[in-house]
Order: sequence, then structure tokens, then C-alpha cells
Amino acid sequence: MDRPMVEIRSVRKRFGALEVLKGVSLDVPEGGVVCVVGPSGSGKSTLLRCVNRLETIDAGRIRVDGELIGFEERDGRLHHLPPARLNRQRQNIGMVFQRFHLFPHRTALENVMEGPLVVGGVPREEARRQAEELLDRVGMSDRAGHYPAQLSGGQQQRVAIARSLAMRPKVMLFDEPTSALDPELVQEVLAVMRDLAASGMTMMVVTHEMGFAREVGDHLVFIDDGVIVEQGDPREVLADPRNERFRAFLGRVL
Amino acid sequence: MTELPVDAVRPPRPGRWLAAAVAGLFLVWLAYTIIVNPNLHWDVIVAFLGDGRILGGLWVTIQLTVLSMAIGLALGVLTAVMQQSGDPVLRGAAALYTWFFRGTPLLVQLIFWFNIGLVFPAIAIGVPFGGPKLVEWQANELVTPFTAALLGLAINEGAYMAEIVRAGIRSVDPGQREAAEALGMSHGQVLRRVVLPQAMRVIVPPTGNQFISMLKTTSMVSVIAGAELLTVAQRIYLGNFEVIALLVVASIWYVVLTTIASVGQHFIERRFERGHGTLPARVRRNLRPFAGGGV
Repeated sequence: MDRPMVEIRSVRKRFGALEVLKGVSLDVPEGGVVCVVGPSGSGKSTLLRCVNRLETIDAGRIRVDGELIGFEERDGRLHHLPPARLNRQRQNIGMVFQRFHLFPHRTALENVMEGPLVVGGVPREEARRQAEELLDRVGMSDRAGHYPAQLSGGQQQRVAIARSLAMRPKVMLFDEPTSALDPELVQEVLAVMRDLAASGMTMMVVTHEMGFAREVGDHLVFIDDGVIVEQGDPREVLADPRNERFRAFLGRVL
Repeated sequence: MTELPVDAVRPPRPGRWLAAAVAGLFLVWLAYTIIVNPNLHWDVIVAFLGDGRILGGLWVTIQLTVLSMAIGLALGVLTAVMQQSGDPVLRGAAALYTWFFRGTPLLVQLIFWFNIGLVFPAIAIGVPFGGPKLVEWQANELVTPFTAALLGLAINEGAYMAEIVRAGIRSVDPGQREAAEALGMSHGQVLRRVVLPQAMRVIVPPTGNQFISMLKTTSMVSVIAGAELLTVAQRIYLGNFEVIALLVVASIWYVVLTTIASVGQHFIERRFERGHGTLPARVRRNLRPFAGGGV
């Protein structure tokens, strides 16, 4: 079998005295969709943020496409990567945030152009053409000239997904992408993510949307108190949860 | 459906009418006493408003204000960025700078810069700590009243601008930085493309105030004979003894300058409101406390 696109090995992370991740290992195969669920404070978002090194891990190894994230091994020791190389790694890892974090001073189109233009060194016209295509893909062509404040939450999140895709990432991380949305806006974002999964994108999704996990996910991971408590095929584990805490969690969210 | 227009009569406000009448009467009396006052010498004021020396002083005032604000802003951004640094030496240097220059009076700083030759008679470029020198100047040639004024005003302003810029940077949602980093932007790109443009919304209004304040603060330079508006006015009245008239002339020009600056401030603020201030933004901001947050 091919090596996994995302390889997480025995990762530990603490904030002060609080250990949030207590040794988590997880693989995401190329083209796979792994959904991570768990109660709030369980460490699931932290795990995601470690993958593109918005958080620095205290122990373990994370590899994306075989490349160690945030460190390099030299002379039998780990060295922190210099910023320029870390930035290059991040270009391969798209991230979608719960609160969108679109750049408020730029239009939808400019938001999507920003990455290729500034980081990728793509010429302006080329960046514009790509951004228009991506906005079309997420169904936002007609709002290209709007500022984020003029868009609904669902529309902002679709633009944010397009902004991440503009860097042509190898893997997309979604950090509770629908949790800040009004209920009637959730589906339009999930529809975009469903299309993305169908196109073969490798995805790691922290979510509370069990329906999405069951329908789109290849693998479901339940994290509680910093450890993976239960995992497996989403249809199977959701139909027949074995762990007591997972069962209680599902009882609360379903 | 029947239209029901609201065209109601407002209740009388006798108290407010009385207050307005008193205020109006006071203003008329004030204008009258000023206009008819023989000691003000209106003819002298009018004659000196367009005087060549006054206009020259005005030009120096404008130059001092624009240059010291520009240098002060650059120093402020640099210092604010240093304050955010992970390195304690850089943070300490920034803190020392703002502490010292906000802690001493501008008047003292101006006199000090003017007399810098007493401390450092010669200024040279070369290897520090007593090494060989490449170029050397006499401080007394280098430090004219204008350069001393510019040094004092700009360095003092930088210390205040640092606080304003810092507040601006801190006002930007940390998520903005994360989103930019996740795209692979470098520190410099995050600052230039994402953080500073958004911080400008918070930075511009107090900077406008600083600019307006600086227009008037330049008058302090008169203690080192800076050749700006007030110095020139003083030189003239020392010759013709028209003290009040020339102070009025200077004041009129200061008011003109600050008024123009206020109008400019208004337009610059509007420029940096791009993407903000529409209803949905305000609604969202109010709703933010209710949004859930994961770890």
C-alpha cells in the first residue's frame, strides 16, 4: 500500500499544565476523507492545527506526503524548520476555519487571489483567472466583487474554501467549518465539501455533522480527553458504537 | 390599505430656546467686542497675513509637520513591530525608547538636540568604540535649528506613534494572522498584506489627531529659533511691537492648516473603512460572543 498522505504518530501537545493531546496516531490515505469528532475541549481542533503547525507539537511526528512537518532531522537531532521552509510546507496544506477568517479589506475575488499572488508568485491576470474558476466551483461567481461583510456566513465559508484551494494543496484541513453557521446555511457548505471529496481531495474534517461523516467520510475518529477512543468505518461505528463515552456523545449530538 | 402618516406636533422646549438665545447673544457680543476693539489693529493683521516672511514661516511649519510625522510614523511602526518580537533584547530596546521619550518634555528634548554639539562635538561614520573614522562632521555645522527641530519632533512623535500602531496591530483578529500563515505567507507578508491594512482603521483616527496636534506643536521650535510660523511672527513683532496682531496672524494660519488637515483626515478614514461598517458586519460583531469555540 502507498504511504499515507497525512501520517500522525504518537503526537502529544500541552498548553501549560493541561495536556490536550496524549499520544494520537492517525493516517489519512491519499484521497481519503477522515472525520474527527469529539466533545468540545477533547483536543480535536488542536490535532488539526498541529498538522499545519499553527501549534507546535511536544512529542511525536507528523508527516504530510512523506515530509516531516515543522522539523527536519539532521545529525540524529530534530531541528525546527526555518520560517521560509515552513511556509513552503504550509502551501501544501489548506486550512478552513470555523470563523472563516476571510480578509475583510479584500473582496471575495481578491481573497482567493491573495495566496497565489503573494505567496505563489503567480502573475495577476493568471491569479484572477484561477480565482474566478474557483469561485465558480464553489458557486460564488456572482459575488466575486463583494466584501466579506456583505456575504452570509455560508457564502463566506465557501469563499474561504476557494481561497485555500487556490494554493493547490495536497490536503485540506477543515476545523468545524459549519459550526458558526445558521442551520439553513450549513448544507451549502457541506455540498461544496462533498464535491471536493468526490474530486479526490485528501481531507481531514473536524465536525459535528454526523450525517456528513456517515455519507462522505471514509474513516471516523472519536477523540475524547486527548486520545482516540474509537475509530472505524463511519457507517459501522455510528450504527454500532462500542465505547461508552462515544455512545454518550452520540446521544447528545444526534 | 389606508395610509396613516405620522405628522405630529413637537412639544414646546422653552428651556432649550432660552439657552440658545443666551448662547447666540453671547457670540454676537464676543464678535462685536473683537471687531470694534481698537487694540487689535485689524489693518496690521490683514497686511501681515500675506507677508513674505510669514508665508516662509508657514512653509517651514508645513515641512516640519509632514517630515516629522512621516519619520515618526516609520519609527512607530518599527517600534511596535519590535514590541511584538519574540526576542527580549528587541522588546527591551523598544520599551526603553518609548519610556524615555514619553517621559521627558518635548521642550527639553528640542533644546537638547539643538545643543548636541556640547555632548558630541563631532559626528563621524566609521567603526564604533573608537575605531577608524571614514567621514567626520562638526556637530555645529550639521545641527541647524531645522535639523534639531526635525530630530526632536520626529523622535518624540515616534514614541507616541509606537503606542498607536501597537493598539492597531492588537485590534486585528488573531485569526487573520493564522489564516495568512496557513496560506504560507512569511512574517513580513502577513504584516504588510493582512495585519497593517486592517490595523490602519484603528491607527488612522489618532494619527490624524497627532498630525493636527503636530501642526501646533511645531511652534515649540521657536525656543531654538526654528524659523517656523511662530518664530517668524515673534521676530516681526520684536521689530514693530505689534505683538497681538502678529499672534492673531499666526493663529489664523494655524487654524487654516488644522482645518485643512481635518478634512483630509475624514477622507483618509473613509478609504480605510473598505469592507467595514456595513450592517452585516456590525450584526456579526454583536453576535460574536454567542459563537461556539472549539479547542
